[in-house]
Amino acid sequence: MYQIVAEIELAPNIKQFRINAPLIAKKCMPGQFIVLRTNEKGERIPLTVFEKDPGEGTITIIFQEVGKTTKELGRLRTGEAIQDVVGPLGTPSEIRNYGQVVAIAGGTAAAVAYPEIKALKLVGNKLITILGARSKDLLILEEEMRKYSDELYITTDDGSKGHHGFVTDVLKKLVADGKKIDMVLAIGPAIMMKVASEITRPFNIRTIVSVNPIMLDATGMCGVCRVRVNNEMKLGCVDGPEFDGHLVDFDQLMARQNMYTEKEKESLHAYEAKMKK
Amino acid sequence: MELNKIDTGISTKEMILNIVLYKEDPNYPTVYRYFRRQEMPKQPIVERIKNFNEVALGFEPDQAIMEASRCLQCQDPQCRRGCPVGINITSFCGYVREGNFDKAISVIRESNSLPAICGRVCPQESQCEAYCAMGQTGSPLAIGALERFLADYELKKGITMPSIAPITGKKVAVIGSGPAGLTVAGDLAKLGHIVSIFEALHTPGGVLAYGIPEFRLPKSIVAAEVDYVKRLGAKLETNMVIGKIFTIDELVEMGYQAIFLGTGAGSPYFLSISGENLNGVYSANEFLTRCNLMKSYLFPEYDTPLIVGKEVVVIGGGNVTMDSARTALRLGVEKVHVVYRRSEQEMPARREEVLNAKDEGILFNFLTYPLRLIGNSRGWVEKVECGMMELCEPDETGRRRPVPIPNHSFTIDAQTVIIAIGQGPNPLLSKVTKDLETDRDGRFIADEWGRTSKRGIWSGGDVATGWADATVINAMGTGKRAASSIHQFLTTGQW
Ligand SMILES: Cc1cc2nc3c(=O)[nH]c(=O)nc-3n(C[C@H](O)[C@H](O)[C@H](O)COP(=O)(O)OP(=O)(O)OC[C@H]3O[C@@H](n4cnc5c(N)ncnc54)[C@H](O)[C@@H]3O)c2cc1C
Ligand SMILES: Cc1cc2nc3c(=O)[nH]c(=O)nc-3n(C[C@H](O)[C@H](O)[C@H](O)COP(=O)(O)OP(=O)(O)OC[C@H]3O[C@@H](n4cnc5c(N)ncnc54)[C@H](O)[C@@H]3O)c2cc1C
Ligand code: FES
Repeated sequence: MYQIVAEIELAPNIKQFRINAPLIAKKCMPGQFIVLRTNEKGERIPLTVFEKDPGEGTITIIFQEVGKTTKELGRLRTGEAIQDVVGPLGTPSEIRNYGQVVAIAGGTAAAVAYPEIKALKLVGNKLITILGARSKDLLILEEEMRKYSDELYITTDDGSKGHHGFVTDVLKKLVADGKKIDMVLAIGPAIMMKVASEITRPFNIRTIVSVNPIMLDATGMCGVCRVRVNNEMKLGCVDGPEFDGHLVDFDQLMARQNMYTEKEKESLHAYEAKMKK
Repeated sequence: MELNKIDTGISTKEMILNIVLYKEDPNYPTVYRYFRRQEMPKQPIVERIKNFNEVALGFEPDQAIMEASRCLQCQDPQCRRGCPVGINITSFCGYVREGNFDKAISVIRESNSLPAICGRVCPQESQCEAYCAMGQTGSPLAIGALERFLADYELKKGITMPSIAPITGKKVAVIGSGPAGLTVAGDLAKLGHIVSIFEALHTPGGVLAYGIPEFRLPKSIVAAEVDYVKRLGAKLETNMVIGKIFTIDELVEMGYQAIFLGTGAGSPYFLSISGENLNGVYSANEFLTRCNLMKSYLFPEYDTPLIVGKEVVVIGGGNVTMDSARTALRLGVEKVHVVYRRSEQEMPARREEVLNAKDEGILFNFLTYPLRLIGNSRGWVEKVECGMMELCEPDETGRRRPVPIPNHSFTIDAQTVIIAIGQGPNPLLSKVTKDLETDRDGRFIADEWGRTSKRGIWSGGDVATGWADATVINAMGTGKRAASSIHQFLTTGQW
């Protein structure tokens, strides 16, 4: 059992948990994630390690309550425990000095991008960060991002803060303006990563994305997370989650993400009905 | 109890009497001839295809006695040679015949620490039973069913713990809790070593837990066998992916003097044909893991979903294929087709399970192979286009090689396709353990004692080289040999 030692609500339905997991805290690198199972009957879901504190023996996760598992997780309180936490999983990000990096993060994926942004900054990169959300109250980690960015752009889909539009609009503008860009890190919904990769493709700018296929074991054992990269089958959980965005088949990724939509709704409805009782 | 009709026309009463006579007079010569091989009762077909309960129901005590009485007690028993761990079969049958089940199971336990599992899943027809002298003139002794009977008897009664040697203080790490790892852990714990098992998944047992379905191997049985190994003193740590949380070198630094790698062959092979990434296409590992490990057949009580259409195609011909097909059937689908590229004789699946599958209405397409998977506009699989094969001369495995017949193709409708063409070792650990030699397929190279190319590291089971069939009992056999080699290394320091 893995005890929750602190909880914060960052935004409506977005929570941050600090969890006791000393071994993972020692080992985890930027870009890596854990898989957790809230209880005996639970599903295994992947979540990125947002921060680690090897001294305290804790890791921090940030998650958005989107379905049954994340909602059930969100009901847990400090002092309560998560049944299973396994990690660190996935291949760590390649952290080196590229020069000038544009990092774009959409939605809760800010939590996924943050450890890498921080690491890239600490090895000497210049960071231009574009942080977006649907609206102002869903925007998370602004202060943290500012700390590790040389420039920070905010976008909201509804215009309630910063640029009115998508994170990719800003990227497009930076590219069009001829800004020197040595690497683009795009992390968010598959469609956002696809658009970002299309923007940089004509300019041959190295573009790294973090894919988010459905996962089960996350050790390379089941193949559910398979993604087509450069026409080869890759496993998101072990070969990834980061790949060259110009080589990823995003349409297939998006189709596969929806495989269980019906069942996920059924599961959520059953859960909500149970909670009402 | 139902007795089979017998050739000699002797009544049931007389048969029982014969056993009594037999018991009193060990020289009573012909009693075995009076009985036909006893078969385990099974759940009726119409019922079992709607549930996940065990299909075979096991012997009753008198049926077991009757079956054991058929044993000829050969002076030079061949059956034992057919057993990869060399169980003294004639000896335990002798005890069963006398009704001394406790003694009988203790004979099995001397050589096999997972009898309830082996009694259920071993391919006895090609091992012990294939060598049984009675098989030459009639049906061989039902050795597997007897083993299972005794193991279940013992589990019900509570396993008697063997004596455990005084603590030696030597630390051993076992990676993977499949049959190979459990065997090593159990044997070394008994010898007083400090054993830690590291398992990547949240539940121990390896394929026994995530692969083989409940209706063939109840998970409570696996849990009981794991529990036995824990009670011997082995410590089990789940959620530990070795290679990620610790490397092999780190385990050495942490003071583990011997390390056993029993990580299995968990990485699924795909076909590399078009349409393989469509929705509705599963690897057998994914399909079975969702169902067995995550219990998606109990969705939404359990959270993990599984989607099956009305028609299912399973590609392959081994145990994994049969398990996937029969699991799909139990999820309420209308038709399950198996597509296999060779003929029925070449199928590597256990005979019994093929027969069970046929009884349950699984449709078999032999000499057939998939050309491509065809999807609809929403990205879901709809059809499997298949080609036909004919058999030519035998290949290096001795099986006749299938060769495609040109211009012979047809389609099968399927909303779910399960690819069950085999699996290889997971490269996760070998990739980060550079100084361990592997073969072309990524298996750790190991000698007959399980010693790898690196001092202090052993390997066995499906992830290691050096033995033919990937079976539970072979995994255990390699584990046994590795355990004795490890023990010797720990006590003498000799590699
Ligand atoms: C490597 C990786 C890292 C991630 N990191 C984070 C993170 O830090 N914070 C965060 O909020 N989310 C993260 N996610 C997404 C997160 O795993 C899903 O939001 C979560 O699984 C949803 O589960 P649910 O039951 O609540 O919702 P559901 O209603 O079951 O699903 C909602 C959507 O989530 C996705 N999903 C569902 N089940 C799984 C699964 N088993 N594996 C992967 N995706 C699934 C599907 O696309 C689905 O349509 C990450 C995903 C991946 C692959
Ligand atoms: C569906 C199916 C049906 C089968 N039916 C039969 C049958 O009827 N009869 C028969 O004899 N055989 C059968 N087999 C074959 C048999 O199950 C295997 O040969 C046997 O389980 C191999 O045992 P093992 O201990 O080598 O590995 P496994 O049982 O594969 O166990 C390996 C364990 O190691 C863990 N692991 C892997 N990597 C790591 C890591 N890096 N760190 C920590 N842990 C790790 C895995 O999670 C797993 O639990 C079947 C196999 C399958 C898949
Ligand atoms: S999640 Fe199973 S192989 Fe990647």
